[in-house]
Amino acid sequence: MKTNVTIAGVEFKNPVTTASGTFGSGMEYSELVDLNRLGAVTTKGVANVPWEGNPTPRVAETYGGMLNAIGLQNPGIDVLLSRDIPFLKQYDTKIIVNVCGRSTKDYVEVVERLFDAPVDLLEINISCPNVKEGGIAFGQDPKMVEEITAEIKRHAKQPVVMKLSPNVTDITKMAKAAQAGGADALSLINTLTGMKIDIKKRAFLLANKTGGLSGPAVKPVALRMVYQVANAVGLPVIGMGGIATAEDALEFIMAGASMVAVGTANFFNPRATLDVIEGIEAYMRDNQVGDVNELIGCVK
Amino acid sequence: MAETRKVTARVGEVSVLAPGICSMWIEGTGFAQDAVPGQFISVYCEDKSKLLPRPISICEIDAAGGRLRIVYRIAGAGTEELSRRKTGEAVEVMGPLGNGYMINKGVDHVEGEEERGGQAVLCPGTAPDGRADTGKCSVTGAGGKGHAILIGGGIGIPPLLALAKELPGGKTAVLGYRDNNTFLKEEFEAAGCQVVIATDDGSVGYHGNVIDAIRAQGVQGDMIFSCGPTPMQRGVKAYAKEQGIPAQLSLEERMACGIGACLACVCASARPDAHSHVHNKRVCKDGPVFFAEEIELQG
Ligand SMILES: Cc1cc2nc3c(=O)[nH]c(=O)nc-3n(C[C@H](O)[C@H](O)[C@H](O)COP(=O)(O)OP(=O)(O)OC[C@H]3O[C@@H](n4cnc5c(N)ncnc54)[C@H](O)[C@@H]3O)c2cc1C
Ligand SMILES: Cc1cc2nc3c(=O)[nH]c(=O)nc-3n(C[C@H](O)[C@H](O)[C@H](O)COP(=O)(O)O)c2cc1C
Ligand code: FES
Repeated sequence: MKTNVTIAGVEFKNPVTTASGTFGSGMEYSELVDLNRLGAVTTKGVANVPWEGNPTPRVAETYGGMLNAIGLQNPGIDVLLSRDIPFLKQYDTKIIVNVCGRSTKDYVEVVERLFDAPVDLLEINISCPNVKEGGIAFGQDPKMVEEITAEIKRHAKQPVVMKLSPNVTDITKMAKAAQAGGADALSLINTLTGMKIDIKKRAFLLANKTGGLSGPAVKPVALRMVYQVANAVGLPVIGMGGIATAEDALEFIMAGASMVAVGTANFFNPRATLDVIEGIEAYMRDNQVGDVNELIGCVK
Repeated sequence: MAETRKVTARVGEVSVLAPGICSMWIEGTGFAQDAVPGQFISVYCEDKSKLLPRPISICEIDAAGGRLRIVYRIAGAGTEELSRRKTGEAVEVMGPLGNGYMINKGVDHVEGEEERGGQAVLCPGTAPDGRADTGKCSVTGAGGKGHAILIGGGIGIPPLLALAKELPGGKTAVLGYRDNNTFLKEEFEAAGCQVVIATDDGSVGYHGNVIDAIRAQGVQGDMIFSCGPTPMQRGVKAYAKEQGIPAQLSLEERMACGIGACLACVCASARPDAHSHVHNKRVCKDGPVFFAEEIELQG
């Protein structure tokens, strides 16, 4: 049974990674999950310098989902390189580094610092709804998507995955723009901008007022977008948004995702990544699927 | 450090201590013996539309019996659901989580004197990551024996019970309640505490807040341990500073992962934190207990 998949020339032992920001850099979860089992670990968004993030409360629960406005708190690229990458290198798994910035220059600086790092893929977050400058500002205008992708491609050694925002009218336009800029792959979806009000306090639940919706509640929307993007461009897609079980993951794979990421599900099931991997294998056994690649995009 | 585990445990003995305040023993976690006072567990809801774990402090540790006790207020749908669970039913929990109060035992790598003159003393020392440079506290109690002041407000009272049971030496528990529903009071007495009560409505004990009660009663001690609402903790911090007594505060914040990965639950730190490299500490991982001078209490 073949479970390995290839994205931009990088081979993963299975099509399951973690969604950026939900798994730190794997250190905390390594007590609960054998990281060697994962296709890859995708790290929390990292910038050129440390970011403080947003005030609290930063999270709120919603029906079947959650809102977050962490605001991309991160310790900066120096710490990622000196602490987190060496930690992950102890494991037999691939490393996808998620990159954020406030300006094109910020992104380029991080990407350059990663030039000689033992990192397999770069995932560029141009879709965070929780920071004012940067993030989503880049991800909602096709011209900017193309420009920033091209600029990052000029400086990056590793293949570049552009992470797309669902907070747009037509996500295929952004996908095509990233492709035109030279992206090697795409990942989607980032969170959907949402809101929650505490009626007792007559106040917003989140200090940031709005936050990004994730978890099972967003899955149908994410799946539709992955399907649209996979069919609109020829690039490999890393699909995510509400994946909690192998059934969810298989839907994304059949819709066209070459790989899937498990995010919010880690919070209610720390073993969710392993459950997804084992469940995909069980499905393949039960249905005589010899190669997981047969399933990618099999539903048209 | 004990390993964190997520397990399907069993509901043990349950009871209602006061209107809306419930007690639950949790059996078969497999980690009760590893828990220390001040740590908490994540409790997961049966209703899967509620995704996030509910952080609840450990109120009592029965290491020999492999049981943990939680005491919680019905605050919303999740705790309401929990209150309907019956003895013998399954309950999903993860723990033990967080660092716990620093006492002279049960804490890894605490630099500082473990014992003085054969007597156990309270000594904050320095935490593993060097987060607290409070140094060694001077222990001025009689015969070199530290006296602890435990300050709890409302639903912040339960975790102090586990602490009271493990603290050597003299201890005064200053407990703030809304009214005459003084849950756990007798258990603090049984744990060897002198108990001072403050109530919002004046129905029992001192009419006013815990700091007013401490001043009125002339409570003295060498180390403060507190847990309660933020305004109370701010008062405790100011009082501790004024008196020159080290204080360990247990904080609350909204959580998602509960294990330090998602950065949801941060509190502002006085200095850049060794893990985050910004002015933030994770309540779930670096806390929930902090020395007062490590953190800024906002809001
Ligand atoms: C470290 C720690 C220890 C705690 N110990 C206790 C305890 O011993 N006893 C007790 O009664 N309560 C304790 N709390 C508060 C308890 O977590 C909340 O009352 C509980 O999560 C409310 O859940 P709910 O579904 O009933 O309420 P809802 O308001 O419906 O909850 C919605 C969401 O908000 C979160 N939330 C709501 N209130 C709080 C809060 N005060 N703190 C953190 N998250 C909150 C919930 O976890 C959930 O994700 C503790 C909180 C923390 C952070
Ligand atoms: C707490 C939290 C933090 C996140 N941080 C990041 C981040 O730093 N960078 C990023 O590109 N996406 C971030 N995301 C988005 C996720 O990677 C993912 O795209 C989204 O949550 C949808 O997947 P899910 O429903 O499985 O969580 C974050 C999501 C959550 C819930
Ligand atoms: S709740 Fe995730 S870091 Fe504390």
